[in-house]
Amino acid sequence: MKAVVTVMPKQGVLDPQGKAIGHALAGLGFAGVSDVRAGKVIEIDLAETDPARAKAAAEDMARRLLANPVIESWRVEVRGA
Amino acid sequence: MKAGIVTFPGINRERDMAIALEAVCGKKPRMIWHTETDLSGLDLVVLPGGFSYGDYLRCGAMAAQSPVMGAVRQHAARGGYVLGVCNGFQILVEAGMLPGALLRNATLRFISADCHLRVERTDTVFARHYQRGQVFRAPMAHGDGNYFADPATLDRLEGENLVAFRYATQSGEITEAANRNGSARNIAGIYSENLRVLGLMPHPEDLVDPLMGGTDGKPLFEGLAVALPACS
Repeated sequence: MKAVVTVMPKQGVLDPQGKAIGHALAGLGFAGVSDVRAGKVIEIDLAETDPARAKAAAEDMARRLLANPVIESWRVEVRGA
Repeated sequence: MKAGIVTFPGINRERDMAIALEAVCGKKPRMIWHTETDLSGLDLVVLPGGFSYGDYLRCGAMAAQSPVMGAVRQHAARGGYVLGVCNGFQILVEAGMLPGALLRNATLRFISADCHLRVERTDTVFARHYQRGQVFRAPMAHGDGNYFADPATLDRLEGENLVAFRYATQSGEITEAANRNGSARNIAGIYSENLRVLGLMPHPEDLVDPLMGGTDGKPLFEGLAVALPACS
């Protein structure tokens, strides 16, 4: 299975990168961009074939390493390989 | 004082730290590779600055999971002292040994400049050779030094008097302009609840000799050497 972990800065946590991207978009003439948040996507190939177990493993990885719960939230999706 | 300096791949300020420690102890600190797990006999373990694991994922995130960090935790749990500077501070918060997190500087720019730090308390082994409210100069060199914690944690840190140093003007005023990386409440360094773990972003070890341009950082190391003489 493949696990896709999306890590985002929590609401209320300053995201200067998102802000800079927003400014650059405005500079390019894109009107109506009100807020930009930048995070990261991590794809993990797993030997596990059971979706529930794959998801549980990826959740554990996210909590212990991929995201910092103090400043980031995350969500995990699993797909067939 | 028996001191050890932990190095991870990508750490580059360990020799500055060794110079500062040797200057006050008269002997070289032990250099500890990140795969080592025996820190017995050490009074002080230092996590120096640098860019461990290339700052990949988050600054300090990989280093915080290294084998040596289990030993650093045990060292702290048995009452040993820990100092984390710059990347070392980031590693301590990533390891959960200090609260909060260090975000990208609010300006998005890497800051390489001197700052002024106001000493918030002096009844610790780290700050005993400073005066309360004293301001000293320290070089900063980081892209991710913007201290963040939720308001409840910040209130607790302040209520329990665990803020070690704040970014200040040369005359000791806490202003927004002096807070160049955007840290919450101008916090530059914090203590653990038992005051034995200190993390800070600026580099006191880089001002310990007139040849470096000043000795503002030396009292921190002299204080440690006086406070922890037993094993020298």
